[in-house]
Amino acid sequence: MPSLSPLQIFFIGSLVKTAVTISVMLGGVTMTVLLERKLVGRIQNRYGPNRVGPFGLLQTVVDGLKLFLKEDMTPANVYLPLFLLAPVIALGCALISIAVVPFGPPVFWRGVALFQVSDVNVGLLVILGITSIGVYGIALSGWSSNNKYSLLGSVRSTAQMVSYELALGLSLVGVVMRARSLSIAKIVASQSAHGALSWNVLGGLQFFAFFIYLISAYAETNRAPFDLVEAENELVGGYHTEYSSIKFAMFFMAEYANMITVSCVATLLFFGGASSPFGHLLGGPVAQALQGIFWFVLKVFFFLCLYIWVRGTLPRFRYDQLMAFGWKWLLPAAMLNIVLTALVYAWHG
Amino acid sequence: MHLSLVFIVFGALSIAGALSFLLQRHPINSALSLVLVMLSLAVLYWSLGAEFLAAAQVIVYSGAIMVLFVFVIMLLNAGTELRTRGSRAAALAGFPGAAAIFCLLTLLFLAHRHQLGLTHPGALATNGVSNITAISTLLFRDLLLPFEVTSILILVAILGAVVLARKEQP
Repeated sequence: MPSLSPLQIFFIGSLVKTAVTISVMLGGVTMTVLLERKLVGRIQNRYGPNRVGPFGLLQTVVDGLKLFLKEDMTPANVYLPLFLLAPVIALGCALISIAVVPFGPPVFWRGVALFQVSDVNVGLLVILGITSIGVYGIALSGWSSNNKYSLLGSVRSTAQMVSYELALGLSLVGVVMRARSLSIAKIVASQSAHGALSWNVLGGLQFFAFFIYLISAYAETNRAPFDLVEAENELVGGYHTEYSSIKFAMFFMAEYANMITVSCVATLLFFGGASSPFGHLLGGPVAQALQGIFWFVLKVFFFLCLYIWVRGTLPRFRYDQLMAFGWKWLLPAAMLNIVLTALVYAWHG
Repeated sequence: MHLSLVFIVFGALSIAGALSFLLQRHPINSALSLVLVMLSLAVLYWSLGAEFLAAAQVIVYSGAIMVLFVFVIMLLNAGTELRTRGSRAAALAGFPGAAAIFCLLTLLFLAHRHQLGLTHPGALATNGVSNITAISTLLFRDLLLPFEVTSILILVAILGAVVLARKEQP
């Protein structure tokens, strides 16, 4: 393709990467749903889905088809424009934020990074910003449903997400201080020197920041033990009570896509992204790239399993406990972490 | 050329959002129109090479302040706004006034554009240097004292709000 200008190559490359990333993401979402059902089944001493396809692998595909083919009911008194907009915002934001995540080592072909849709120099802030826009999906769905349970669910969720966003953002400052950049690719590069020892969670002294991030990310994605949004014994079904068929499926997919994004970000910021825990052992550029993807997927898989393990184990918080924990413990701990990290880096230069 | 296309699309989007903000009757629609304005402004900042400003705009304004607005509107369940004689008079005075201010500003900018200096659109696409370093040098070295004083001021305001809103302990 000698006739293409760099801009055209960039444009076509971005389109292809976007298409591939979205397909992988949606495939990942279906597999995560299945993984959750199977693992929670094992935790609760039962098998989980194992009838549709080999090992039940097709269960979520069939469930998805069922949801898409169901009758799409719209209740009579909803505020229609926002009722339709809300699931689009939720799923859109969940899928956009994966764009700055590098899935593998920085490999370039004709100036186009192969394993990252876009390397932005404020990539971390982009993820935080898009996550904060995602709040609208939940807030508007509850309000436009014109149902008190939906409204209560979405009000809870909005307050929860806005509160935990602070602790989440502050827990990442130590990582940024170490990498001296907000670009995700550079943050990953700053952890690749000595294998696992230079990952932020060990060598970067961000052990506590990692747990602050993990807890607030669980709250951010409305997952157990912070799933007060859909506390079914209090709120029927939470913000998506009035949604059915494809619109419900969009909220459902958004939740799992957010889980995957959070796991990816935890991997990138604290566990060295695509770098191997044993340092650079095997040579060859192709082997390195494939190894990178292997380690990345393995780490993300680990975090997804952790998510599901936590859901199967811990009971739900009470609402006042949730708020008190976020503001009185997590936020001060994140601030303390910033001060200590800054002192250590000022001391060692 | 591509970037002027971006400018035209998102400039038009922000103006449409601002008009919709004024003309919508329901407060939640107005608030969401304002979110649209802020997001398109963020895209415009980005196309001018100010990525940090764009991200901060999205996180602070769209993600925090406007969420709070929407939250309050949802909680109060505010109905559609009433059109009174006063609001009609305000519209009569306001639209020509806004047009006059727009014309005045355009005239001023066009007359003094040589002194203002032109921003090169698309510093991002042409591999411009990161401006986060520049901003942090400015804020934390050259303007450290005003920056810290402003932070203290905001902290005092937050404490004041908490004290005012706190319920008396029985």
